[in-house]
Amino acid sequence: MNAPIRGVGATRYIGKRVPRKEDGRLLTGKGTFVDDVVVPGMLHVAFARSPIARGRIRSIDLSAAKDMPGVVALFTWDDIRHVKADLLSFFFTPSEVPCPLLADGEVRYVGDPVAMVVAANRYLAEDAAGLIAVEYDEEDAVVTIADARSGPVVHPTTETNVAQVMGIEDDEDLEEALAKAPHLVSRTIVHQRIAQSPMETRGIVVTRQGGEELLVYITCQSPHTVARWLQLSLGLPNMSIRVIAKDVGGSFGLKNHPWREETATIVASLILDRPLKWIEDRLEALTACNQCREQEMTTRIAFDRDGRLLAAHSDYSSNNGAYPQGADCNVAVHIFMWVAYRMPQPGFISRAWYSNTPGLAAYRGPWALESLAREAMLDVAARQIGIDPVELRRRNLVSRAELPFTTPMGMPIEDISPAECFEKLLGAFDVAAFRREQAEARKAGRYLGLGMAAYVEPTGSAGSMVTMTGELAQIRVEPTGKVTAVMSTHSQGHGTATTMAQVIADQLGVPYEDVSVFEGDSSRGGFAPGAAGSRQAVVGGGASMKAAKLLKEKIQTVAAHLLNASPESVSIEDGVVKVAGADEMTRSLREIAEIAYGEPMRLPPGMEPGLEAQYRYQPPPVTFTSAAHACVVEVDGETGFVRILRWLSSEDCGVVINPAVVEGQIAGGLAQAIGTVLLEEVHYDERGNPTAATFKDYLMPAISDVPDFEYLHASIPAENEGGFRGVGEGGAIIGPPTLFNAIADALSPFGDLPIALPVTPSKILDFMEGRTAQAEPAEPAAVVPEPVAAAPAPAPAAPPQAIDGTWRMVMDTPMGAQEMTGTFRTEGEVLTGTLASPEGDQDFAGTVAGNRLKWDMKVTKPMPITLKYDLTIDGDTLAGTAKLGMFGKAKITGTRMA
Amino acid sequence: MSEHAIEVSVNGQRVSARVEARRTLGDFLRIDAGFTGTHLGCEHGVCGACTVIVAEKGGEGLAVRSCLMLAVQADGASVTTIEGLARPDGTLHPVQQAMRDNHALQCGFCTPGVVCTMAAITADDAKPSEEQMIAAMSGHICRCTGYQGIRRAIRQLTGTAAPTGEPAGEHA
Repeated sequence: MNAPIRGVGATRYIGKRVPRKEDGRLLTGKGTFVDDVVVPGMLHVAFARSPIARGRIRSIDLSAAKDMPGVVALFTWDDIRHVKADLLSFFFTPSEVPCPLLADGEVRYVGDPVAMVVAANRYLAEDAAGLIAVEYDEEDAVVTIADARSGPVVHPTTETNVAQVMGIEDDEDLEEALAKAPHLVSRTIVHQRIAQSPMETRGIVVTRQGGEELLVYITCQSPHTVARWLQLSLGLPNMSIRVIAKDVGGSFGLKNHPWREETATIVASLILDRPLKWIEDRLEALTACNQCREQEMTTRIAFDRDGRLLAAHSDYSSNNGAYPQGADCNVAVHIFMWVAYRMPQPGFISRAWYSNTPGLAAYRGPWALESLAREAMLDVAARQIGIDPVELRRRNLVSRAELPFTTPMGMPIEDISPAECFEKLLGAFDVAAFRREQAEARKAGRYLGLGMAAYVEPTGSAGSMVTMTGELAQIRVEPTGKVTAVMSTHSQGHGTATTMAQVIADQLGVPYEDVSVFEGDSSRGGFAPGAAGSRQAVVGGGASMKAAKLLKEKIQTVAAHLLNASPESVSIEDGVVKVAGADEMTRSLREIAEIAYGEPMRLPPGMEPGLEAQYRYQPPPVTFTSAAHACVVEVDGETGFVRILRWLSSEDCGVVINPAVVEGQIAGGLAQAIGTVLLEEVHYDERGNPTAATFKDYLMPAISDVPDFEYLHASIPAENEGGFRGVGEGGAIIGPPTLFNAIADALSPFGDLPIALPVTPSKILDFMEGRTAQAEPAEPAAVVPEPVAAAPAPAPAAPPQAIDGTWRMVMDTPMGAQEMTGTFRTEGEVLTGTLASPEGDQDFAGTVAGNRLKWDMKVTKPMPITLKYDLTIDGDTLAGTAKLGMFGKAKITGTRMA
Repeated sequence: MSEHAIEVSVNGQRVSARVEARRTLGDFLRIDAGFTGTHLGCEHGVCGACTVIVAEKGGEGLAVRSCLMLAVQADGASVTTIEGLARPDGTLHPVQQAMRDNHALQCGFCTPGVVCTMAAITADDAKPSEEQMIAAMSGHICRCTGYQGIRRAIRQLTGTAAPTGEPAGEHA
């Protein structure tokens, strides 16, 4: 059983595997996915795409397509560029490089949309797209991270292919700690590129409702986020934007917000004033859609003689492609890498690179590389030091007795349970017995392996990033006695209409069947990001709890007044309102509701009629989920195939609302992890051609690849409303190291398996037969020239500059470009001023030396940190950096406003 | 492009249409017949989401990928889609019920194909084994569930479910 929820009596639905409310329509073909939406007069869009990864467009000949019957319009970039439509990041910041909706005279990846066809139906649109003749001057493509380091720039607006860099280049203290440690383990981890591959591809139907409303049906993670994104992107002052997404066929981070094709479709619809539909096909989805991962990281971990962690450094690079959804070097990898373990001295350098491949987007657990690197290397360390991997983890995992603490990166940690999850796992799996079985099997030439991993995951984020707000619940008891909830949550398979109804039914004391949850329409309820970062149970669940409590209090007050009882004596059970000790006073909820709506004169004086409540829940900034997993595999020495024999999940996701939903989330993430480790790979040849264009080449895990999972729930209530913790991403984060470690353990007689995904049968056979180079302790990471503008050189000789005034400034932060307005006042060598940003205004004081300004400023969002500004004024422009503690320096540019 | 007059019985309704030779059965069902429960997941015949049950005149119903079959090839045939499986009174088909009982779907996009394959191979009181049903399911891709509920639904249908009906695992 779950721990009882604080402040609530008997729980009847929370913790139960109740049938899902979504399933009735989805099992009978009555769902509404975006391609099911048909609007009168609707036309269809198809794109003509680049067959080369890099080159200049010499000519585009649309004439044959134009002459085709059924073709209504054709667009190239020059035809639509006059319409404002900015591609923004998830944090609503502008793209760091110019990001045209269609190719702007140059193509930058195979699949780059060059022209757009609008036709009477999809067949004709594709026919016409095939008739568009484009001539290119092909250039050598920048395909890999190595190409990006040495090749020509992908974007003419940048000096190098570094999209973003964070961290400290030469950390002498850390290098010393690593150098003098008794044990140092060093590996380079290689993670392939993945295609998120929701079963429903991207798609949009856009229809302008006169001049005032733009109605958009889109497959997405949050209609509210999309509406906000489009409002900012399009900047149509007189147009309200309504976004509807009823059923969504999976997303996994891909559909956070629109990108090039969806936005181009909207622009074409605005130009033509016709409803348009674009549905991506699978070929496009696998070759031209945003993708994810593709990372390399060299990590060094130092241990003392007893195997206790001393220090670590990670040098991270990711291939972000040409038009990523943010030039993001993924500092979350470094922030969360060591939270579950006692790590005194972590450090990092992190770079994102542009290349001639599709741009990266999010994927379930975008920072998951940290768990793969850490857990795979702990097993390497265990073999190298000669200590059992279970014991090595026990010596370093954080237990609840050590809470609270602050990580060296400044993150306060109050509530995690990795050691407890690990011990619970060990209680359910007999490691010693397995080791005996493994030894016997090896004698018989069979390779069994055990992999274990532990981690913590930030979930339920709210309040520390502009996108991540609280969630809103609006609940009402209808005059019929039925309960309707309008939620800002959104399901792409999560089943939030089920779990939120469970929470509400429990709180109100009504049957689950009487509660209907509506979501998926930006015009209903309030803004919130919904699905993004394992947050809906925490934030939506908390909102449901609080709103239902408020509504219950109102029902009690109304009933007490009507029945001449005290509010405390009124209870609601199974939809019936009762007064303690007075059975004759029993009323149905409908009777109370009819009076509350229809006979306001019978209500307490001054009370608002109706039975409605709403609450926007703001949880703690982060709620952590912890887990430990174990996996047993057998590797076939003849074929190199990996068979998964057993998989145990021991997780603490707090109070479990619906075990079937929780386990479904874990299992789905684990299946994706199995695909990541064994099967899936988006691969490009040296000219940048994708070599996996269908599901015949891009191998998705099938039922035969995924075992039955076993679950242990630690269920330690979180310190938030409801005690819920998020569980959406965990399987995809902890799954890869768990499975990798099992394979590496099975193959340990052959040496240390390189940590390079996917681990295909041919790679395994190469390794077993000695054709793979053994992983060498890596040299310190190759030094790449610092691409961010170095701190401005002192310029004492520069002529005095006018400093006082107001400046528009842009800082490149890990979450994208942040716009600020700086007001400077100088008096001799003293500088005072104010920085205004969307996060608020803050005053500061510092120094002036010639044209150079310096000041320190403490901020609390997204974490407590002191920013050290160092700017140099040159006429009406300024440039410089802000040092963000161990995150390195963020570049700042600015221009004078007044 | 040549056009052909066809008539197909879809879920017991006669649907007549003039279609191009290249029109897929999947597009015919969704666009011409209006049964949008059939979902096109890849249009390459790999993912199985678009699977429907097709019976030639007098023949038995076979699970068919409607993205790989042309509408003209279904002229005169009877097609059952996900919309045609439940009884008119709303009683779910045993496969639908087993899927519902076992939380075998999340986003529901691949589900119509999964259900149609299972319904086709269990039709006419055929009693496939658990292994045979899992082998049939290996032709379907589900990105959400990790197939756990589908495995349980298969065990419910084959009578090999654990006696408690609860999946393995402790819920302390």
